[in-house]
Amino acid sequence: MYPANFHYTKEHEWVRVEGDVGVVGITDHAQKELGDIVYVDLPKPGTHLDQGKTLGSVESVKAVSDIYAPVSGEVVEVNALLSTAPEKLNEDPHGDAWLVKLKLSAPDEIKRLLSAEDYQNYVGAEEAGH
Amino acid sequence: MIKKVRQHINQNEPLLFENSSPGKRGYQLPPLDVPSVDTAAALGASNIRAEIEGFPEVSEVEAIRHFTRLSTHNYAIDLGLYPLGSCTMKYNPRVNEQVARIEGLAWAHPYQPESLSQGILEVMGTLEKILAEITGMDEVTLQPAAGAHGEFTGILLIRALLQSQGNARKKLLIPDSAHGTNPATATMAGYKVENIKSNERGMVDVESLARAVDEDVAALMITNPNTLGVFEENITRIAEILHSKGALVYMDGANMNALVGVARPGDFGVDVMHLNLHKTFSTPHGGGGPGSGPVAVKKHLIPFLPKPRLERVGERWTWNYDRPQSVGRVRAFYGNIGMHVRALAYIMAHGGDGLRNATLDAVLNANYIRALIEPYYDLPHKAPTMHECVFSDERQTKRGVHTGDIAKRLIDYGFHPYTVSFPLIVHGAMMIEPTETESKAELDLFVDALISIAAEIDTDPELVLKAPHHTRTSRVDEVTAARKPIVRWKGVTEPRP
Amino acid sequence: MLSAIGVTSLEDLFSHLPAEVRLNRPLAIDAGKSEYEIVDYFRARGDENANGFASFLGAGVYHHYRPVLVDTVVSRGEFLTSYTPYQAEISQGTLTTIFEFQTMICQLTGMEVANASMYDGSTAVPEAAMMAMRVTGRDRILVSRTVHPEYREVLLTYAQHQGMPVAEFGYLKDAGTLDTADLESKIDSGTAAVIIQSPNFFGIVEDVRHAAEIAHKHGALLIFVFAEAVSLGLLEPPRDADIVAGELQSFAISPVYGGPFAGIIATKEKFMRQIPGRLVGETKDTRGNRAFCLTLATREQHIRREKATSNICTNQALIALMATVFMTVYGKEGLRELAQQNLSKAHYLAGKLPLRFSGPFFNEFVASTNGRTPDQINQTLLGKQIIGGLPLERYYPELKNTMLLCATEMSRREKLDTVAEVFAK
Repeated sequence: MYPANFHYTKEHEWVRVEGDVGVVGITDHAQKELGDIVYVDLPKPGTHLDQGKTLGSVESVKAVSDIYAPVSGEVVEVNALLSTAPEKLNEDPHGDAWLVKLKLSAPDEIKRLLSAEDYQNYVGAEEAGH
Repeated sequence: MIKKVRQHINQNEPLLFENSSPGKRGYQLPPLDVPSVDTAAALGASNIRAEIEGFPEVSEVEAIRHFTRLSTHNYAIDLGLYPLGSCTMKYNPRVNEQVARIEGLAWAHPYQPESLSQGILEVMGTLEKILAEITGMDEVTLQPAAGAHGEFTGILLIRALLQSQGNARKKLLIPDSAHGTNPATATMAGYKVENIKSNERGMVDVESLARAVDEDVAALMITNPNTLGVFEENITRIAEILHSKGALVYMDGANMNALVGVARPGDFGVDVMHLNLHKTFSTPHGGGGPGSGPVAVKKHLIPFLPKPRLERVGERWTWNYDRPQSVGRVRAFYGNIGMHVRALAYIMAHGGDGLRNATLDAVLNANYIRALIEPYYDLPHKAPTMHECVFSDERQTKRGVHTGDIAKRLIDYGFHPYTVSFPLIVHGAMMIEPTETESKAELDLFVDALISIAAEIDTDPELVLKAPHHTRTSRVDEVTAARKPIVRWKGVTEPRP
Repeated sequence: MLSAIGVTSLEDLFSHLPAEVRLNRPLAIDAGKSEYEIVDYFRARGDENANGFASFLGAGVYHHYRPVLVDTVVSRGEFLTSYTPYQAEISQGTLTTIFEFQTMICQLTGMEVANASMYDGSTAVPEAAMMAMRVTGRDRILVSRTVHPEYREVLLTYAQHQGMPVAEFGYLKDAGTLDTADLESKIDSGTAAVIIQSPNFFGIVEDVRHAAEIAHKHGALLIFVFAEAVSLGLLEPPRDADIVAGELQSFAISPVYGGPFAGIIATKEKFMRQIPGRLVGETKDTRGNRAFCLTLATREQHIRREKATSNICTNQALIALMATVFMTVYGKEGLRELAQQNLSKAHYLAGKLPLRFSGPFFNEFVASTNGRTPDQINQTLLGKQIIGGLPLERYYPELKNTMLLCATEMSRREKLDTVAEVFAK
């Protein structure tokens, strides 16, 4: 379910490292909780984000949820697909519907994120608690 | 069983633009009695438009049929119970509409001489005085155009008073059950928002409030009764806590329909509040407005009221612009005067006793619904109900049916739904406000409908999940509307982007 | 009902209220009155006002004829007594008319998106300015002194707590149009928006394109304000503006001593998510039929709370419906003919009076009251059952002994002649 080579946060973001760049997205669990996503608001390339700061937001018809930067870095690319097809975030959250690519400014932060197994256990517990 | 409605035919209607034919006209102007001016010479050729592209061209009959047919696609109070919690959908007496159109009132220009405006000023002055009596406050401004506009005005008054004492402070405390306008208003008035959690009885928790109040707090914005329909029983203690730290109490008066003639905010520690004339005082909602949001204040806030202020000097009413401490204007001219005329007509028809009776009936109706529905739906907060009650869909959710689905199924039974998913502190909220308007017979039909739907959910949840079934428009795809917004007519041939 | 609830009297329902909050006396409000008495009371109040006077006041509130169809439509209970159309399945009537309203406002203004209404023109202006702040990420506002003085006052009230410094730029002393040199000297890279009005408060048509060029050159938005909507029947729409904030009172909305009116904000599609207020969008129902619903609601207070684009909730829907019916009745040809009549009447009167400014004007103009005060002229006119113009000194100290006069299709030639005679004496 959750790719083993991704790193996860308790706020339901993931990051995949490609050299000195981190590809960031939201998890399948997050997209399910949000329901039909209608709009994705992302930062401009060049924006510097600190870990844990608001990266952008995703909207359903009747809710807005903030997304937080899982790691620190500068935005080098924004996924243009999402501006015309926000529904992709419901369909392929771990693949085509990544959000931004960050040039990592503190790569060590990765180590403190959750593994796929830890994240699975975490959302498993959250779902059981419903 | 559906008792209130059966299906009947109503007509389809294209958009005006699709109905247009070149050259059709529905207007007449008298012949021009002065020489016609050459437009290009008067205004400059480059300032003249060729035409208004796409503008409708229909005959008078086509125009009236268009709007009449569309009107039959609406539900309305004139058709039955409209139990939207927090919205106070009561009957809109037609005499109010009649008097608002009296020529001397409707055609008064805001800049006409005061000597020729005494009639309309008398209406406004009288209404201000009565609203002060109803709220127990000292003065009222009628300038704000709606409830949220009144909130904005009220918070500006608080800011101005605190500023005059040397420190406008930084934040407003807002209970988590509040209307969304409260935090949005705080931001517009330059304040940070700190949310206050409600306790298990659905009221502001006095202990945690006391901990939150410090020298940075400008005011508490409180709704009383709150959005659960529960009277904040500790309100005088709450006001003392705020006042002891130099902070103020703002009351959102959206729910005054529970209090008129029974209790007055000015008597329980409120410094400033707004009223919604389109809720408590019966001016029609008109599909979303206009409203009017008068703001009532205690003495210490009077110097800061928006200008101009209406004043009585001898035997005449006059506008006073010389108000050096005023927060300024919150809108042009003097307010939504047409709504003031209607509200005063409503008050005159009721009189003091009638207004109080309306409150008693509104509270009676809400309690009646609560008592009859409670065996079938979860009532998370058991504190006494005032003018509205809030159930949750907790039992029905186990069958996969949510508050929004139950709401849609109510439409099949001939009712407008309750308020869905608000207040936010109740998961799956069903917020019901019947108002004093409704008879026992209409309430019984509504209760029967909700009980019947509860049974349907047990036996055939799909029926509810796919509702409404009997309306000319079935469930609307709001997701596509938001993903690919089309917010104006672009012609039949243009495909969706 | 009481027994179903389990109480014995209505008073029991209030027994939980603490004694100290209860009102222990009747409200000091007179006893209820009959319908007849109420109508009688308000008729008497109407008679104390200026009944039966001809009026030459404009200044943001205009006397235009109200086609009978307008009241016929808005008096239908299905429109009058319905709430905001949150339940789309039983609100298609209101939703469809709002969609048509949004479309007609776009056609009229040359914009691509219009909201479902604001309170009025004056409050639409600060909302547009705040929108420009969000779009540009800048905070300074430059507003022309020819924008309606009360609109500017409202802008200042809103701006003072937004961290939005507002500065004014002037007008040309002779032409009465924008002083673009003054604008150029004040605009800079911190300017979020330039606000102009046309026809401006003096009734004069501004060069919108030039103002837009200046604003855009500095990366600022141009906010175009209109107070006299009938002018758009004839005038080139403000296509070069980025945001349009306007007042629709001219479209069959009675003056009612200043309200309720209806404001609008219209803009380009690229700024759609920053627009305040409600929007109706087109979609389909589950059977595939065209349907309308409120959309992009995540901008609004009930969802985004303290981060909303505005706190506006209740708007002016029924008044916007009046304007919709008005635009339908007049239509493409009628609005133009109506505007032409207004132009002709105003120019007929202006031709007989000493004008203060030389700029091109629509249905209002500033006249000099040479040798007399505006009040002296207005007093004479009142004696002839005519309400004269608005003396401008209160708003523009430099415009002593001038008044703003307005003529519309409702101004009869004999009254125009009377005003000219009184001025000539």
